[in-house]
Amino acid sequence: MARATTTRRKALMTALGWGVAFVIFFPILWTFLTSFKTEAEAVTTPPKFLFFDWTLANYHEVNSRSNYMRFAMNSVIIAFGSTLLGLLVAIPAAWAMAFSPTKRTKDLLMWMLSTKMMPAVGVLIPIYILFRDFRLLDTHFGMVLVMTLINLPIIVWMLYTYFKEIPAPILEAARMDGATLRQEIVDVLAPMAVPGIASTVLLNVILAWNEAFWTLNLTTTKAAPLTAFIASYSSPEGLFWAKLSAASTMAIAPIVLLGWFSQKQLVRGLTFGAVK
Amino acid sequence: MSRMTSRFAACSALAIMMGAGGAFAQTTTVTIATVNNGDMIRMQKLADDFAAKHPDIKLEWVTLEENMLRQRVTTDIAAKGGQYDVMTIGTYEAPIWAERGWLLALDKLGEDYDAEDILPSIRSSVSRDGVLYAAPFYGESSMVMYRKDLMEKAGLTMPEAPTWEFVGQAARAMTDKPNEIYGICLRGKAGWGENMALLSAMANSFGGRWFDMDWKPQFDAKPWKDTLTFYLDLMKDAGPPGASSNGFNENLALFQTGKCGMWIDATVAASFVTNPAESKVADQVGFALAPDNGLGKRGNWLWAWNLAVPAGSQKSEAAQKFISWATSKDYLNLVAERDGWANVPPGTRASLYENPAYLEAAPFAQMTLDSINAADPTNSAVEPTPYVGVQFVAIPEFQAIGTTVGQQFAAALAGQTTADQALQNAQRAVEREMRRAGYPK
Repeated sequence: MARATTTRRKALMTALGWGVAFVIFFPILWTFLTSFKTEAEAVTTPPKFLFFDWTLANYHEVNSRSNYMRFAMNSVIIAFGSTLLGLLVAIPAAWAMAFSPTKRTKDLLMWMLSTKMMPAVGVLIPIYILFRDFRLLDTHFGMVLVMTLINLPIIVWMLYTYFKEIPAPILEAARMDGATLRQEIVDVLAPMAVPGIASTVLLNVILAWNEAFWTLNLTTTKAAPLTAFIASYSSPEGLFWAKLSAASTMAIAPIVLLGWFSQKQLVRGLTFGAVK
Repeated sequence: MSRMTSRFAACSALAIMMGAGGAFAQTTTVTIATVNNGDMIRMQKLADDFAAKHPDIKLEWVTLEENMLRQRVTTDIAAKGGQYDVMTIGTYEAPIWAERGWLLALDKLGEDYDAEDILPSIRSSVSRDGVLYAAPFYGESSMVMYRKDLMEKAGLTMPEAPTWEFVGQAARAMTDKPNEIYGICLRGKAGWGENMALLSAMANSFGGRWFDMDWKPQFDAKPWKDTLTFYLDLMKDAGPPGASSNGFNENLALFQTGKCGMWIDATVAASFVTNPAESKVADQVGFALAPDNGLGKRGNWLWAWNLAVPAGSQKSEAAQKFISWATSKDYLNLVAERDGWANVPPGTRASLYENPAYLEAAPFAQMTLDSINAADPTNSAVEPTPYVGVQFVAIPEFQAIGTTVGQQFAAALAGQTTADQALQNAQRAVEREMRRAGYPK
């Protein structure tokens, strides 16, 4: 009897889990389905779920109008470039704060996080003028730099949390064995923190990929990523929802696939240290 | 000898590189910022014609959503970023930016450009002291689009120039809420270019204005109360549910799927609602002038998307060549040749409305022209005004105050506040902002 209840409960929880997952996934699914509809079918009420004339016309139109590969390549450069640069700065910073904390470490962490609390538009003009003067407008380097600075507090915080879970005596033992600082970080700390670093990388790539304020405001053509590609299909006067959906599907596809293939690392990294 | 040979080779290589460099240097890249509207996208597709005529000019396009584009180009022009050589701007920005010296005068459009052919109301809205600072690409006004079948069913006939009273009566007669048919669809979404475009133009026909000659806001005057009360009552009786979040696109979707009896909005919508591939009611659509109250002003607006060269552009000559191509009579012929006369960008040139081929292909042509001619941006209200603009006030502060007032009126439409309260709040907010901005100037 007890077993039957457990099974029923399990089935219920599974159904609930699937239900919640479906609700969360639904907007993406709807965007995907809409991208195969005609513009007229995209706005019809009641909406058509699966039974409509599937067409690839929107993808054809989007591809003929925009150079998707150029936008996608810019997204890859900005997202991965900024994450890499961020890690180079954040790993030593998080290491120092986790293993050699001072009485001001907590304040420092809080201060870093506080930079995320100001609305981005508040510093648009100063940053824009700096970019203009340093000739960084519409350049890959400029975008990598600004994206690194935006995501750095999050990278440092995540790595700090993971590093805190690693017992300090292991590092001390390495030091006792004569490991240099570089060896201590690269050969001892990094391998133990791989899941944490992997999830930090993934999360930051996703954040940088989807960032749509700075990427739209500081780029025009040469360094414009996929967010600019999507923005070019949004229109206040004219129903281009099917084309917009096709552009959105193409823009999110790479990052969704990346997340899919690395979900094991992502979940492991995010729950790292949660259960001891 | 071998040293001589290598020197000669090096010199030759240098000469070739310099030659090639010279050839590259002759190609000028012009970056164009534009909105994602049907006519603009068509221009992008037809740009091969420009490339054939000007092989020395390369075009780069940046297409953005209207509000994003406005923010982006404003930042760039204010910070002198120099990212764009041609900008798409509206009739709201054109006079303000020209006055601030942000735009170059368009004086190199060519001898055969024929600026006199541009419709007077549109030309005056993009000129300063008689000089063009932006060239109109397409112009639009607003008008009534209605369902002939529903009108007939209600036993009514739409006059060519209806009054608000008739529109109210017809909307209520056409409404069939159990079958999800609403007599009238009007903008309700808050924003200076959203509900306030409609309501400001509507207030003009009710005898209202934004400011008196001393720049004092007029929301406490009777005409605004009449306007808002009429609008709210009409929408309550004959409007669709959730109208306070409806803008152009939402109403277009409702109209195209047969849920609206009438829709008062931009003339550019005419080509969408009469297109059988997009609209279920394509063969049942009729057009009429925007309504009036017999006070001499109709409730229609005036807008144009224009191409302008920012003062920071280093490539103004090439940019003006492009603008001249895109806004010329030849461009209209090019569109007609490739995509048909119905798809020609409307509302800018008088000669287009004398062309029988166009008048035959576009049933809404005459109504568009009449609507545009009926709007006068320098004299938009019944009483005198200190500002330029029909559905907006061409001052930099208007984006903020227009949206604040729009939010008050949207709240009244959603039933969160009364008409009186919304008008009071609007009056107070605008008074405060205008005082802060130092008006009267």
